[in-house]
Amino acid sequence: MTSGESVTVPAPDRKRPHRLAVMLRSQMRNIAPFLTLICLFGFFAAASPSFATLDNLGNILTQISVTGIIAVGLTFVILCAEIDLSIAAIANVTGIAVAYFTLQESYVNIANVPMPGWAAILLALALCALLGLVNAFGLTVIGIPSFIMTLAMMQIAAGISALLVRGQIAYKVPPLVTTLGSTSIGGIPWIVIVAALMLLGGHLVLTYTRFGRYVYMVGGNREAAEYSGLNVKLILGSVMVISAVCAGIGGMLGVAHFGSAQQNEFDTYLLDSIAAVVVGGTSLFGGRGGIGNTIVGLFVLGVLNNGLDHVNIDSFLKILIRGLILLAALVINVYAQRLRERTAD
Amino acid sequence: MPAGLKPILELQEITKAFGGVEALRGVDFALSPGEIHGLVGENGAGKSTLMKIIAGVHADFSGRFILDGRETRFRSVRDAHAAGIAMVHQELSVAPDLSVAENVFLGNQPTNRFGFVQWRRMAREAGEQLKRFGIDVDPMSRLGDLPIGLQQLIEIARVLFSGARIIILDEPTSALSPPEVERLFATLKRLRDEGTSIVFISHFIEDILRVSNVVTVFRNGRKVAETRAADTNKPALIEAMIGHGREALEETYTHDIMLPPPAERPVVLNASGLSLARSLRDVSFDVRAGEVLGIYGFMGCGQLELARILFGKLKPDQGSLAIAGEQKAFRSTAGARRAGIAFVPESRRDMLFHQEPVYKNISISVLDRISSLLLKPSRERKIAARQVDQLRIRPAAVELDLGMLSGGNQQKVALAKWLSYPPRLLVLCEPTRGMDVGAKNDVIHIVRDLRAKGLAVIVLSTEPETVLSLADRIIVLKRGAVVREFSNERISKDRLLEAA
Repeated sequence: MTSGESVTVPAPDRKRPHRLAVMLRSQMRNIAPFLTLICLFGFFAAASPSFATLDNLGNILTQISVTGIIAVGLTFVILCAEIDLSIAAIANVTGIAVAYFTLQESYVNIANVPMPGWAAILLALALCALLGLVNAFGLTVIGIPSFIMTLAMMQIAAGISALLVRGQIAYKVPPLVTTLGSTSIGGIPWIVIVAALMLLGGHLVLTYTRFGRYVYMVGGNREAAEYSGLNVKLILGSVMVISAVCAGIGGMLGVAHFGSAQQNEFDTYLLDSIAAVVVGGTSLFGGRGGIGNTIVGLFVLGVLNNGLDHVNIDSFLKILIRGLILLAALVINVYAQRLRERTAD
Repeated sequence: MPAGLKPILELQEITKAFGGVEALRGVDFALSPGEIHGLVGENGAGKSTLMKIIAGVHADFSGRFILDGRETRFRSVRDAHAAGIAMVHQELSVAPDLSVAENVFLGNQPTNRFGFVQWRRMAREAGEQLKRFGIDVDPMSRLGDLPIGLQQLIEIARVLFSGARIIILDEPTSALSPPEVERLFATLKRLRDEGTSIVFISHFIEDILRVSNVVTVFRNGRKVAETRAADTNKPALIEAMIGHGREALEETYTHDIMLPPPAERPVVLNASGLSLARSLRDVSFDVRAGEVLGIYGFMGCGQLELARILFGKLKPDQGSLAIAGEQKAFRSTAGARRAGIAFVPESRRDMLFHQEPVYKNISISVLDRISSLLLKPSRERKIAARQVDQLRIRPAAVELDLGMLSGGNQQKVALAKWLSYPPRLLVLCEPTRGMDVGAKNDVIHIVRDLRAKGLAVIVLSTEPETVLSLADRIIVLKRGAVVREFSNERISKDRLLEAA
């Protein structure tokens, strides 16, 4: 075999340092966010005595739970090199829907349709799945770029929310949702447990199932996935539905967590979820990253938000600082991609 | 080579490694003004790597880089451009949505003193330049609407007329028809006589011998020979490239072969009346088990579209496909795969996952056979290792990222992914394009093995040698229609070219 000769095996003594350098480079995407997290944690722990306490750790976990639940589905979407801008609006409408189908106190002025708790939950889940299906249909069958399609969906979901609550606020949700969203077991909030289980589930699906592999392959090279005989549209459609359902679950528990369901309640969660996924090192170009990265990204955002409250800082400056950290993470994201491409040349 | 002239460019002791794999090992290379320097070598021998160093693509290498007698080092392609060095890469890199004129002037459009682009001047000058090169197109038409061969010519023209004094062409002729190649060579010779230095990389050794003054041979990351083109010949160059006996190569270059009579075997695929807007007109054929059908035609004859219809990527406007007598209308490539069709497109970039390990590239097409819900990585690795072994993919490491393999070995991986569960029909587009003689031979043997096992194979190519060395029966496509079928008769390259 002739072309076999053309690849050289490096001498063993040179192999080790080189291999390590190559590995470090290719792992840059995973290492950088982790270092960011450690630096932030160290900084806030030094700057404020109240930051590095067990109580506060619990706070951070609770604060990132809703974002975490939403970010599970978004991770699938971004791994496929698509985007979902409708997650916050879908979270909102699902939370509102579950309250809409629950009997409210008499002073709440909403023409709602009371139902048993399980039916309210199923209907709300059906609604978010349906909106996800519409996203999937627009993206795969009609061929609208996900950026535009989900931008439209963001408005549609917000519109449904507005029609359901008509400027009012609802407070009651089914007991199961109340339990999971706002109570604790053995000192651990249920919402943290749900977020952890969903992140774990997402990780298992992405790492150990055939579908998870397909997600990575479609994100890595869509053309090649198609020429390998994968049903690319089915996979893209599925991730849009997964994203919408995760957002819906986050929305329901979020409503219970906040204690109310109203318009525009989740607006900040869109950017937070995207930031968590991307800051964690999942590639916006698809195919690289995963739930592990998202978890690190969630903690970076959580530590940052929480820590800024512990140090005495102008609350208006906080917004700017968050923006700068996000920018830094994006820069790292792009550089990590470039480094990897160079090694794989 | 004009003797005694000082080289314009000199490289000394160049070494370059990719992730621990050395692509170049202590190579010296010199280029004189006004010469055409041919480079030959197998895939992965280091030719392209060396040229990318010269063109500023790879900035991290060891060794001395001397331009105009002064040691220098490019940090980017931009530096190389500024020094008058331009390169046409193997893979097409044009802007399909821009006009022909914009592509010709990409990066240096003529502007007036306010910085606005002078469209009329640009169109006129682009038109004139292309006409000098024998290309007659409307400079304002969208480039992506032109046939691929023409796009490649325009990309070459852009570099040739960029005013660069060192021009590097990596496999420029693979997508060109014979008359286009003639025009390219005439232009190269004129530029040479005007003092431009040209490096010409090609697997077509006849082309190298015809157009070059000097030929350098690479093998295994080293320069193994440098000679005047007048002092050598094809067998000598092939021997230098490969470094061992060349009996096995003879069949690859057969020029007069006998096609066998049609076999009495069941029809695997029947295509009838396939038509696709502007690309295909009423194309019908069938393929039998244990038969290799060659489909030959120049670039843009409709082959690429035909192949994509067979794999469910494009839907024909008219016509139908039947697999083993059963009518099929594929709604996706997944449907075609489930019907037992395997497909290898002409571009490696489009069919492989460069950032994933070799085993995932091989297992991707059979994952649903080896696992239902959960992956079985050990089984994947085992299947991949068997294919790597059978197809002699090197290095034989299934964990290595695919991007670390040489082009020829990547091409074998693209084949390997279909073979762990043999399909009924294998559709191969340009299976040997850009491959060295040794790897070509490997592919030929692989296809013959598959045929012996009863597979139906369709080989679509614009290279006559590829079709001649593989096919039992050949149909010729011309402007989207079948114009000739060769079966059970003598055939040569000349007759095939004549028919197209």
